[in-house]
Amino acid sequence: MGQPDTRHDIAIIGGGNAALCAAITAAEAGAKVIILEAAPKEYRGGNSRHTRNFRCKHEAPLSVLVDSYGEEEYFDDLLQVTGGRTDEALARMVIRQSEECLPWMEAHGVHFQPSLSGTLSLARTNAFFMGGGKSLVNAYYRTAAALGVEVHYNAPVSHVALDGNRVTRVDYDLDGERRSIAPRAVIVASGGFQADIDWLADAWGPPARNFLIRGTPYNRGTVLRDLLDQGVSSVGDPTQCHAVAIDGRAPKYDGGIVTRLDCVPFSIVVNKDGQRFYDEGEDVWPKRYAIWGRLVAAQPDQVGYAIIDAKSANLFMPTVFPPIKADSLPELAEKMGLPVGAFMATVEEFNAACGDASGFKPMEKDGVATSGIEPAKTNWARPITEAPFYGYSLRTGVTFTYLGLKVDEKAQCRTESGPIENLWAAGETMAGSILGKGYLAGFGMSIGTVFGRIAGAEAAQHVQ
Amino acid sequence: MYSNPLEEAARQAQICNACRYCEGYCAVFPAMHAERAFAEADLVQLANLCHNCQNCYSACQYTAPHEFDLNLPGVLAELRQESWEEAAFPAALGRAFHRSGTMLALALIAGFAVLFLAARNLPGDGEGFYAVLSHNAMVAIFVPAFVLPLMALGVSLRRYWKRIGGGRIRLAHLQNAFGSAATMRNLAGGHGDGCNFQDEDRFSHARRAMHQAVMYGFLLCFAATSVATVMHYAFDMPAPYGLFSLPKLLGVTGGILLCLGTLGLLRLKTMGRPELQAPDVRGGEFGFILLLFTVSASGLLLYMLGSTPALEPLLALHLGAVLTFFVLTPYSKMAHGFFRLAALVRDAQRKLG
Repeated sequence: MGQPDTRHDIAIIGGGNAALCAAITAAEAGAKVIILEAAPKEYRGGNSRHTRNFRCKHEAPLSVLVDSYGEEEYFDDLLQVTGGRTDEALARMVIRQSEECLPWMEAHGVHFQPSLSGTLSLARTNAFFMGGGKSLVNAYYRTAAALGVEVHYNAPVSHVALDGNRVTRVDYDLDGERRSIAPRAVIVASGGFQADIDWLADAWGPPARNFLIRGTPYNRGTVLRDLLDQGVSSVGDPTQCHAVAIDGRAPKYDGGIVTRLDCVPFSIVVNKDGQRFYDEGEDVWPKRYAIWGRLVAAQPDQVGYAIIDAKSANLFMPTVFPPIKADSLPELAEKMGLPVGAFMATVEEFNAACGDASGFKPMEKDGVATSGIEPAKTNWARPITEAPFYGYSLRTGVTFTYLGLKVDEKAQCRTESGPIENLWAAGETMAGSILGKGYLAGFGMSIGTVFGRIAGAEAAQHVQ
Repeated sequence: MYSNPLEEAARQAQICNACRYCEGYCAVFPAMHAERAFAEADLVQLANLCHNCQNCYSACQYTAPHEFDLNLPGVLAELRQESWEEAAFPAALGRAFHRSGTMLALALIAGFAVLFLAARNLPGDGEGFYAVLSHNAMVAIFVPAFVLPLMALGVSLRRYWKRIGGGRIRLAHLQNAFGSAATMRNLAGGHGDGCNFQDEDRFSHARRAMHQAVMYGFLLCFAATSVATVMHYAFDMPAPYGLFSLPKLLGVTGGILLCLGTLGLLRLKTMGRPELQAPDVRGGEFGFILLLFTVSASGLLLYMLGSTPALEPLLALHLGAVLTFFVLTPYSKMAHGFFRLAALVRDAQRKLG
């Protein structure tokens, strides 16, 4: 290994939304930028390729967004999901700046579309990318290439050398060959560590080995750990991840949006012993799907089984795999590998506890509840009686991890002894500062875009 | 590419329907998202609604190497092709000419030979090209060559309409469908920046523009012939016509558009990704575009060199190419226009009821 390559002003580690926003901003300011993307070209873009929208404050109709969505309402929505575990100053900054981001995104090639069928509730708050996150990523790569940004795919970074309060060198592999560069500034935008199952199991416990990873297999947290080991300040609960209940047949990695299951409120959910364990009808599904990730994680073998009957078969978004189907409940239990006796006892007890279901309303909490069983089902409680019967297995799907790099309002990283003068972070890898718990749809892309642009501008100014 | 395109299309549509990210690109996705399960009629309709813009492929998170291995433009292209061949009457001709450029070339040579022999052996009866082949002889050859294939196409379209479960057609359905075709709305990309056909994820209007040059060029040529027929019979004004006559203005403009459009489509097709289209019919598709180019280029040459000794062979080539084109309309890529229109009418029925 010879002298590190010094041709680049700024190295950006990662190749998703935040990385690209940073690269474009820095290149437009005149900096010579290189992107080091761990994934091959087909999988470039990290978790951004699975995203679908951008949560955006706006005072009047803006692009595809209708009505208005003000700062206070946006912040309240955030507080509700984080339970107050958010840095208010940074959060409000993201919210305020989201409004100017949307026209910037359009100017840099992103196309929006009206909110998708089945997502009307988001038409006011979230601007949907036409074609989804991968098309956004494609557009940004084209824009970046036109600005002269160099991109290396298959280029995982192994080490960012920190010397006091400066980064001096970045080591990465390219086609199996070790390379070193010495850029004048570095931006880390390489996501969380959720794809490193060993790390996840260390943090959460052995059940994490049965979790599915909803996003990219390339977010292994290598750079995050490397920097934390060198004393860079962290933020966010290191043991926690955002997890939801998804189709148990989903691939281990990268299943993305299609693996979600929206049938739980209309179902009964049992564990592998055929026992119910929680109120399936506690609230409308978007407000509860994150809770179910944890609930399923707490069951034996980290698996659950949602059972519905013919009455409910068309009440939720279509699923990526067809359900397991049977003409009788015992047959369904057998097909799903459940103990028939225990399962039938559970269903019979549940059915007997259902009362008058004439007030059933699938789209809102209808108060159609069970009586006299534990756990109760407090809404949408209709007996499971009409053949054919359908079953889905449920597993815990990890979206992202909360542990990240602590940054200030300029996206700058720090150690205990103060700011690191040429290291910035953007996107999922620093989102723990703002999202301490929970998740708000489309907010990850807001954080990535706002902090990506800030990091790009700050780094460009530093190297000028 | 797929041993059972119908089954494969059903698998892919189920995944798409759980995602819906591509909803804004074209008519395929709203039509797909209106269903929960996909029957044969639905899938064949979706296949014919797809204009192969490929935007959804570039945007897709689930293309290979992902294990879901989505290639919606590819599987719909194969299913669409299969639906045309199955509806063709007789079906064997559909398979032969859709797939093989060689068969098209042989048909062109046969058409040329028929006209050449006719020109040599039948008497002329007027000025210009009527001195080579009389008007009556042309009518005797071209009326059946025009009418019989249209009847065969009618049979095909009826078969197709039945297969996709089409309903009674109202004027509003036709207005909607012709409006889509007139602007090629489904190649505009949803956002108006066009499609991804020739250069990975770059949006371009090139294919849309070239397709419209061909379509409008063809319609202008057809109009030229129709106008000339009316002038001949209703006003006793037989050809040849001067440059500033309606038939010539329409025909020359149409011919130029058709020439440029076919060359443009040929170029784009060489740049496109075969695996996102139907690879088995690539030869037939190239052959068909070349045939259209021959029709238009020979027509323009005929106009330019009509007073030279080249008149006779050029006339035979042009009329031979036109003859081949007419006869093969139900069995070549030309049929796609009719099926596509049928699909747009069916989609209008879904939207308008």
